[in-house]
Amino acid sequence: MPLLEDKDRIFQNLYGQDDWGLEGAKKRGIWKDTKDLVALGREEIVNRMKDSGLRGRGGAGFPAGIKWSFMPKEDPSRPSYLVVNADESEPGSCKDREIMRNDPHTLIEGCLVAGFAMGAHTAYIYIRGEYYLESTRLEAAVEQARADGLLGDDACGSGWAFDVHVHRGAGAYICGEETALLESLEGKKGQPRLKPPFPAACGLYGCPTTVTNVETVAVSPTILRRGPDWWKQFGRENNTGTKIFSISGHVNKPCNVEEAMSIPMRELIEKHAGGVRGGWDNLLAVIPGGSSVPMLPKHVCDTMTMDFDALREAGSGLGTAAVIVMDKSTDVVEAICRLSHFYQHESCGQCTPCREGTGWMFRLMQRMVRGEADVEEIDMLWDVTKQVEGHTICALGDAAAWPIQGLIRNFRPELERRINEYKQSRQAAE
Amino acid sequence: MPKLTIDGKEIEVADGLTVLQACELAGAEIPRFCYHERLSVAGNCRMCLVEMERAPKPIASCAMPVGEGMVIKTDTEVVQKARKGVMEFLLINHPLDCPICDQGGECDLQDQAMAFGLDHGRYKESKRAVTEKYMGPLIKTIMTRCIQCTRCVRFSTEVAGIEEVGLLNRGGHVEITTLEKAVNTELSGNLVDVCPVGALTSKPYAFNARPWELKKVNSIDVMDAVGSNIRVDVRGREVLRVLPRIHEDVNEEWITDKTRYITDGLSRQRIDRPYVRVDGKLKAASWDEAFSDIKEKLSFLKGNEIAAIAGDLSDAESMLALKDFMTNLGSENIDCRQDGAKLNASDRSTYLFNSSIAGIEEADAVLLVGSNPRWEAALINARLRKRFLEGGFKVGMIGEAADLTYEYDYLGAGPDTLKEVTSGKNVFAKVLKDAKKPMIIVGMGALTRTDGAAVLAEAKAIADKYGLVQDDWNGFNVLHTAAARVAGLDLGLVPGSKGKDVAGILEGAENGSVKAVYLLGADEVDTSKLKNAFVIYQGHHGDAGASCADVILPGAAYTEKNGTYVNTEGRVQLGRLAAFPPGEAREDWTILRALSEQVGDALPYDNLGQLRQRMIEVNPVFAAIDQVSTTGLGDIAGDGTKLSSDPFKSNIENFYMTDPISRSSETMSACTEQFVLGKEQGATGTNG
Repeated sequence: MPLLEDKDRIFQNLYGQDDWGLEGAKKRGIWKDTKDLVALGREEIVNRMKDSGLRGRGGAGFPAGIKWSFMPKEDPSRPSYLVVNADESEPGSCKDREIMRNDPHTLIEGCLVAGFAMGAHTAYIYIRGEYYLESTRLEAAVEQARADGLLGDDACGSGWAFDVHVHRGAGAYICGEETALLESLEGKKGQPRLKPPFPAACGLYGCPTTVTNVETVAVSPTILRRGPDWWKQFGRENNTGTKIFSISGHVNKPCNVEEAMSIPMRELIEKHAGGVRGGWDNLLAVIPGGSSVPMLPKHVCDTMTMDFDALREAGSGLGTAAVIVMDKSTDVVEAICRLSHFYQHESCGQCTPCREGTGWMFRLMQRMVRGEADVEEIDMLWDVTKQVEGHTICALGDAAAWPIQGLIRNFRPELERRINEYKQSRQAAE
Repeated sequence: MPKLTIDGKEIEVADGLTVLQACELAGAEIPRFCYHERLSVAGNCRMCLVEMERAPKPIASCAMPVGEGMVIKTDTEVVQKARKGVMEFLLINHPLDCPICDQGGECDLQDQAMAFGLDHGRYKESKRAVTEKYMGPLIKTIMTRCIQCTRCVRFSTEVAGIEEVGLLNRGGHVEITTLEKAVNTELSGNLVDVCPVGALTSKPYAFNARPWELKKVNSIDVMDAVGSNIRVDVRGREVLRVLPRIHEDVNEEWITDKTRYITDGLSRQRIDRPYVRVDGKLKAASWDEAFSDIKEKLSFLKGNEIAAIAGDLSDAESMLALKDFMTNLGSENIDCRQDGAKLNASDRSTYLFNSSIAGIEEADAVLLVGSNPRWEAALINARLRKRFLEGGFKVGMIGEAADLTYEYDYLGAGPDTLKEVTSGKNVFAKVLKDAKKPMIIVGMGALTRTDGAAVLAEAKAIADKYGLVQDDWNGFNVLHTAAARVAGLDLGLVPGSKGKDVAGILEGAENGSVKAVYLLGADEVDTSKLKNAFVIYQGHHGDAGASCADVILPGAAYTEKNGTYVNTEGRVQLGRLAAFPPGEAREDWTILRALSEQVGDALPYDNLGQLRQRMIEVNPVFAAIDQVSTTGLGDIAGDGTKLSSDPFKSNIENFYMTDPISRSSETMSACTEQFVLGKEQGATGTNG
């Protein structure tokens, strides 16, 4: 499969080699005839987005055009809001960071187009608190756009009043969950809301709201400009377009790269990240979509295609496309235990299965690392993950359960080996 | 009316219900911890998960609104597994200390663990422990038992209107806390009721009894004029605790702290035998001695030299017996209005809370006159708050400014402002005029003044002018503070045409024209004026009345007799005997019946049934138990006094001590110290 050509990359300044500001952005074609995009009208924009088949880049992969179409018609008594989820906190993911740091105008232009398509006059960008540099760049970019008339009462001369506000979070992973994000934005404790009602009906301040990922918004103007057909030539049916992959872990050159969807995993790692440390055969496992999806062992990775459907069929997920590569030197049990620690630390504590289950799973995992357990407890651990999964208010419970399920599914012999080793060492000591 | 299928059974339910409620209607029991009918939905315990067709995951039935054609399954393997899972999670960090937990035997977690849980534990790690929190003199905390359902947080913020209770931290470290502050609300005891586990328990009741040892008697509360429905739990002769009963139109599911925590006052300072004063000192006596002493004194007196005052906790039966007794003696000097409220007994609608308590929820504007409902009737205040939170409810206040837990427009302090409203000069006049169902609440603080009658007439003028009384709406409300008051007025315990009212009786006793005064549980009068008179005190507590008495007859407290009470809205309710009165004390009407055989003519009733028949003859309202009737508003003529300019002042200075029982209660004095005098005490020193 040929690599994506530079001319087809949406994020031309992903590596920050160029000017991130308005002038540079304009040179790269951002903000070009945005007025015409708006002039397409709400319906046409949503139709084109549907046609393009763009799926949300935040992890769940919900079709963006359909999500946008949920927003009700304009109602003067209840304003609509676009909320951009820039609380990128999933371990391994760092794609939104690069967009906001090096190409913030793609996002701001996207806000205008997406906001218009939703009937929103206001967009809030909820940015992760730790992204300090990115938030200052973003705010500066918003200022530039305002000064240039790209935002304001007559944004880009389109006749549509539109403004963007940047709001910094305070460091809670759970605030990346869309309804917890809305709570936090309203100044409350970041705890997910019950659904229904969904944000499109009752979101920020009780008004219709769409919460969407940075990348989804940022790619939308280009899709509209170049047309759905251009977009659909990348990837495969139902998994169209380009995608930023964040490759980290035991590779020679960890990087972010925009590639076509459905690229084989091996090709992605070898061509862009310099290959696995010590060669492909030194690969142990890959977490293909950010810390919350189950890992895949090497023999699955050999032929894996990087897109939503293929990874789901393999029992994992594309998530945020944060590829975490682990070579054979990895203590895979400890690695997953560390992730368990993360989730028990970040659980909001609102609902029972997650509050109690994440702690239990972490403590069990700690014992599994040492092998201080019974073999039957592996089944119990599996059972506990199943008791958490699907029973919680938000998806954090699932996210905490899946990595452990991936571990047990693929590395059960390793767990059993440790348990037996520990038992033997105890017996020897006695 | 959506139709849904629950466990294969089709059922049509009202719009806006949740799946959980629909399941209940269909007869499927759904376990729950965080869900509470009267609080907002949190959906956090996940115990109520059920399966819904076409949903990928089990849904929280408490939070899912019903929809047409839903297919719900409550007893599948998925549901049972989910319940068992949640139950197990709740128990891993919950101490299994049921044998030493006060909630044991009436614990939701215990019961549901039996019904839905596993029979063994798989959790081998160390359990979480949470430091104790200080929540004031009424609530004991053992926070390790908390399951973080947040019912207490929601009750405090929604019903009680305070924001001190909250959830701190996140994940496994979440804790309920008040940051070492006492829960400063009159409704704090309800936190103990809403807590499904033993995290919040009653401090005064701690380790006193097990629920299965207690005899439970349904009764009526007398601590205010709301007439809260209560359940009195007794062991032997001792009242151990008071709990609310559900009555949607009166107290919903709540009671005030005074109602709940009064119990220790019932066993302190009690009068358990008759006393007579000999040589200036009270001496224990037999009933015969006491009666003959009274007979000796009264037989030489003329009718108009004898007077009687009925107290605020009296039951209707004893008040009628007192009235009949006085009539037989030829006296018209009788009054049930200890505080001197200028209310006329001739027309019921002029002294009732006519809109009814539940009617508050229909109102869209209220004018409070000389009343602090938070202290005078905390549950009516909670109802006002509930209405306020729904929106579209304007509250205007004339009188002392106070924190009522909801916003109001402060209009002014006294009758001058009231006159401005009548004349239309005040901004609130327009609010009342524009409202569809406006109401006025006149408190005792406005009616016990010398110009009380004029205030009432002014309120009537407002009612007439702004359409407070319509065909199907009567927004003219008098808020009583005495549980006995409405029944007293209904039975005509007011002076006859030549009789003296309370002020007249006290004056007469001072100047010698009244020679004997019968106090039926009346402790709130100025007893210093009774020095010259022969005072008979019939009551249950050694309080102001008893200390000035010449003869003391031991009566029964409200938990010790079958009595009828009428609340401020005119609802006739029956209180029931839960424990027998102590020592030689007797039910009050029987004392008067026995005394009447010695003095005057024997009263014509030999049992409670006959007495109640007599009550119905005197006033037919006593035949209609637990009903309120909305009638038009009768005429109110002033008594010629002019409105003064003095500011209104609520007649309750300390919510926690208003009557002989609460004054005898140690718990209530602790509350007084904490909440009224503001002495913070006993914090655990663990902030957070």
